[in-house]
Amino acid sequence: MIKNNTNYFKRNLWSGILFGLGLVAFIDETIFHQLLNWHHFYDKSTTKIGLISDGLFHAFSWFATIASLFWFADLRRRKELMISKWWGGVLLGGGAFQLYDGIIQHKLMRIHQIRYVDNVIIYDLVWNIIALLMIVVGLFMIKKRGDKHA
Amino acid sequence: MHEHNQHEIVSILSPFILLLPFITGLIIYFLAIIISHKKQRPWPIYRTLYWMIGISFAMIAVVGPLAERSHVDFSAHMLTHLFLGMFAPLLMVLAAPMTLILRALSIQHAKLLTDWLKSRFIRFISDPAIASILNIGGLWLLYTTNLYAAMHESLIWNVIIHLHIFLAGYLFTLSMIYIEPTPHRKSYLYRSIMIVLALAGHGILAKYLYANPPVTVSIHEGEIGSIIMYYGGDLVDMMIMIILCWQWYKETRPRISAKVGDLHT
Repeated sequence: MIKNNTNYFKRNLWSGILFGLGLVAFIDETIFHQLLNWHHFYDKSTTKIGLISDGLFHAFSWFATIASLFWFADLRRRKELMISKWWGGVLLGGGAFQLYDGIIQHKLMRIHQIRYVDNVIIYDLVWNIIALLMIVVGLFMIKKRGDKHA
Repeated sequence: MHEHNQHEIVSILSPFILLLPFITGLIIYFLAIIISHKKQRPWPIYRTLYWMIGISFAMIAVVGPLAERSHVDFSAHMLTHLFLGMFAPLLMVLAAPMTLILRALSIQHAKLLTDWLKSRFIRFISDPAIASILNIGGLWLLYTTNLYAAMHESLIWNVIIHLHIFLAGYLFTLSMIYIEPTPHRKSYLYRSIMIVLALAGHGILAKYLYANPPVTVSIHEGEIGSIIMYYGGDLVDMMIMIILCWQWYKETRPRISAKVGDLHT
């Protein structure tokens, strides 16, 4: 029984993490690429490795969003959903991806910048601090005791 | 002048040749429905609709105004590619033609067909990894070599490339979602990994083409074509992923003696 509980705890966590990753990637695509037009589809300074990383992450996040929601539904029909753990996972996964995107993909691989303005450093700071906050709050929610089943 | 003539021959003859398999497909499908009805086994209307819409997408891609534009305009070409290589195959796989034909055939003939479906050759090419390589690898070859230029100059290349785009797309879809009797089944996890890698390969190629379009294509057309390819691929692969996950979800339905069934098995 204890083993079952940790098993379901992990599944709640991973479903949340995958959904968070997919959600942040989706927000990035719709808001920053499509609506605001801050991000560019392709930036001439993109490195080869950046192109590959972007392609892999984009495809994976696409799949993760769909799969994690089916996973969520699976936990619900088994009555094993731990909603606060799940949300903790969402924040952790979303924050981790945003940090990767903000530091590795934007800065090191130079896929594209957040916005094409002079003081992009301010945008970078806000971006990455939000990511860190998401990770901290996410971890807090996961560590917190009392995982009531929803 | 000579080149110009070649170009015209391609744009006049290739639609006729390419229409043929799709019209044949339509006729065979309807014949099979009639036979199946005579055997008192009615065929669902929604599957018939999938087949008709799928065939229509394929036809729009090879004949008519859009197909004609695609000879000179890269973004139109990308749209036809999307119709022929992704939309048509997905709809036609959902139409379950093999199931229908097996119903219509006599037992002996159906046996021959299933034996062929069980063959090592089919097992090899219907492996999601091989199907992805045939599909995405084919696209890399087409757009990064002078095959793209050859497609507009030579009738044979034009027909081969279009048939390949359709067949590879069909095989790819078939290898990912199991609508029909599938003798060589692969695990959900394996298929999931393969579709992610295939979509990544598709997306990387699309972005690569944004900066490096085929030689004959202008920068502007290349950019639009690349964006159509990128988001079009996302859209169709999203539908395949939803069907894949949905089938996975249904298959892992917990039994009443709630055992810790795992999504991974």
